[in-house]
Amino acid sequence: MTTLLSTDHRPPSSAPQPSTPFTPAPPPILTHSPSASTLITQGAEARLYKTTYLLPHLPCALKYRPPKPWRHPILDARLTRQRILAEARILAKCRREGVRVPAVYAVDEGGGWLAMEWVPGAAVRAGLNAHLATGGERDESDAALVSVLRRVAAAVGGLHSVGVVHGDLTTSNMMLAPTPNHQGEEGAGLEGVIVIIDFGLASQSASDEDRAVDLYVLERAFASTHPRAEALFTRVLEAEYGGAFRGAPVVLRKLEEVRLRGRKRSMLG
Amino acid sequence: MTKPIPNSTTSGEGREEGKGKGAKTKPRYGLGCEGSANKLGIGIIAHDPETNQSRILSNIRHTFVSPPGTGFLPKDTAKHHRSFFVRIAQTALREAHLSPRDLDCICYTKGPGMGAPLQSVAVAARTLSLLWDKPLVGVNHCVGHIEMGREITGAENPVVLYVSGGNTQVIAYAEQRYRIFGETLDIAVGNCLDRFARTLEISNDPAPGHNIEMLARKGGKVLLDLPYAVKGMDCSFSGILASADILAGQMREQQARIRKREQKQTNGESGAPNGDATAKQEVIPEGKEKSQGRSEQNEVIITPEDLCFSLQETVFAMLVEITERAMAHVGSNQVLIVGGVGCNERLQEMMGLMAAERGGSVYATDERFCIDNGIMIAHAGLLAYETGFQTPLEESTCTQRFRTDEVHIKWRD
Repeated sequence: MTTLLSTDHRPPSSAPQPSTPFTPAPPPILTHSPSASTLITQGAEARLYKTTYLLPHLPCALKYRPPKPWRHPILDARLTRQRILAEARILAKCRREGVRVPAVYAVDEGGGWLAMEWVPGAAVRAGLNAHLATGGERDESDAALVSVLRRVAAAVGGLHSVGVVHGDLTTSNMMLAPTPNHQGEEGAGLEGVIVIIDFGLASQSASDEDRAVDLYVLERAFASTHPRAEALFTRVLEAEYGGAFRGAPVVLRKLEEVRLRGRKRSMLG
Repeated sequence: MTKPIPNSTTSGEGREEGKGKGAKTKPRYGLGCEGSANKLGIGIIAHDPETNQSRILSNIRHTFVSPPGTGFLPKDTAKHHRSFFVRIAQTALREAHLSPRDLDCICYTKGPGMGAPLQSVAVAARTLSLLWDKPLVGVNHCVGHIEMGREITGAENPVVLYVSGGNTQVIAYAEQRYRIFGETLDIAVGNCLDRFARTLEISNDPAPGHNIEMLARKGGKVLLDLPYAVKGMDCSFSGILASADILAGQMREQQARIRKREQKQTNGESGAPNGDATAKQEVIPEGKEKSQGRSEQNEVIITPEDLCFSLQETVFAMLVEITERAMAHVGSNQVLIVGGVGCNERLQEMMGLMAAERGGSVYATDERFCIDNGIMIAHAGLLAYETGFQTPLEESTCTQRFRTDEVHIKWRD
């Protein structure tokens, strides 16, 4: 019995569709003035639009969580509502405690959107990718790289010190915002203040376990996106995280445990 | 500038070099032995070096099914594999119309999996290798699933969701490794479903997950409230299983109460049902008001179908979410589902809707390739063998823990 592999077993549903440019419909809140808003990114959970708030010259980031048609409607509504509210509360808390995050402008948890301050600059991920595009494994001799990794570690430490864990720390979720001193163009190297964004999976927690898992998520996301700076990042994180956060030693010990947990996980099947 | 003198062999024969076999059109044959869990599978695949096409010559499987309410124990499963191995191997060769000397290598599952079943199949594979004088190739089970899924569906570089009774991982390929982006922090999603099937004492034949899917299709009147546990790109299922078990317990109490009431009524006692003060609604479906004062007639009757439906909706929403996160992270719009739970049509449907919304598509296979099988081990093993990889007899061990990202994927760019 011989069967050709390439096509025969493919169920109809899995047939690849032609890849056409894909533009989702804007959220209801923006349908009245679609020209004044642009879709910036379609994240996993939400779509981010750049629009304006109150004044035509005040830029604003509008985060819209569209209904997910594959989820049960009750579950979908519950998750959307919980997440929008949690995110707004956490942003407000960070702001109050002096951690640099986008300011909240307006919330509609039923409509699934949240309007925030627009953070200028590029994502840390883009900066690192450009920086790491050439050359091999990096070490402490790369001063610009070490500097930005230090600021990343300090920003995470600052967040944890006010009792917030992010839940999805990646280099895509950190912006390099230009400072008054470095009014560079977007993507200008690795300068700028780290502004952590996207608190969609964040929670308020002072548990060392949660903080350690937060670091572990970041460590793994970093390893998979910037393998050339993986080892350096781990060293910088362990050294600098404590600078902004007094509870760091306990969390770093916990991180050791969490790493082992990942490694030794039973993998039956 | 002088051109280098062209080699006397054509480029097509280049891949044959080092094997010492002259016939340029001869396909390579690999036999794969899989037995990391309760399925024993032996398959034979042919790779044509000229066309780069694969052909499945045979794919035989025998499953150890434990009685309802129980799981498969390692020692019983190993015994099953030992007793069926010779029969399955002979059938596989017969169906492929091959004799042992046609084979190029014997591939077996090195891990991950259950120790005893892995060992019994590894011993059998070593025996074949010595008996027929063929090299051994140890294969990572997860890599087998991924490579077979890619081969069958033709997906180029998808985000892979690997979901089975023992594994739950979101994987993307980068620089010759299958990198794990997210995974379960405790039990696998298939284990969660299998164990819930045990709680409900439904049949394990053909598979507990299949029977849960069939029950879930009949449910859906209510969505019961279960925890939703996603941490970044990781997720957790043990708390959900515990909650589902509690709901199942409440369902049994409810059923007992209803039986008692009916008995009372048939016995001629026409007392008002409200007299039973302890009977109150315990299971409150989400989205409905908690009204403790509701009379028993309005009590929402919870059925096994509703439990299965709610469990599926919750855990699959979690899986789709972590997959979507990984897709957004790596910028891919293709997703490939592999592993036993990948057969579930509700999961495929949900994933398809998500992928379509991102302008992409989902690739899935049917039970022949989703569920553990020998052909995937043969395929991944032969790919490795073609790059010069072999497992010497003295290193032909097996291991319960063998992470997907430990394998060097030499055959991809």
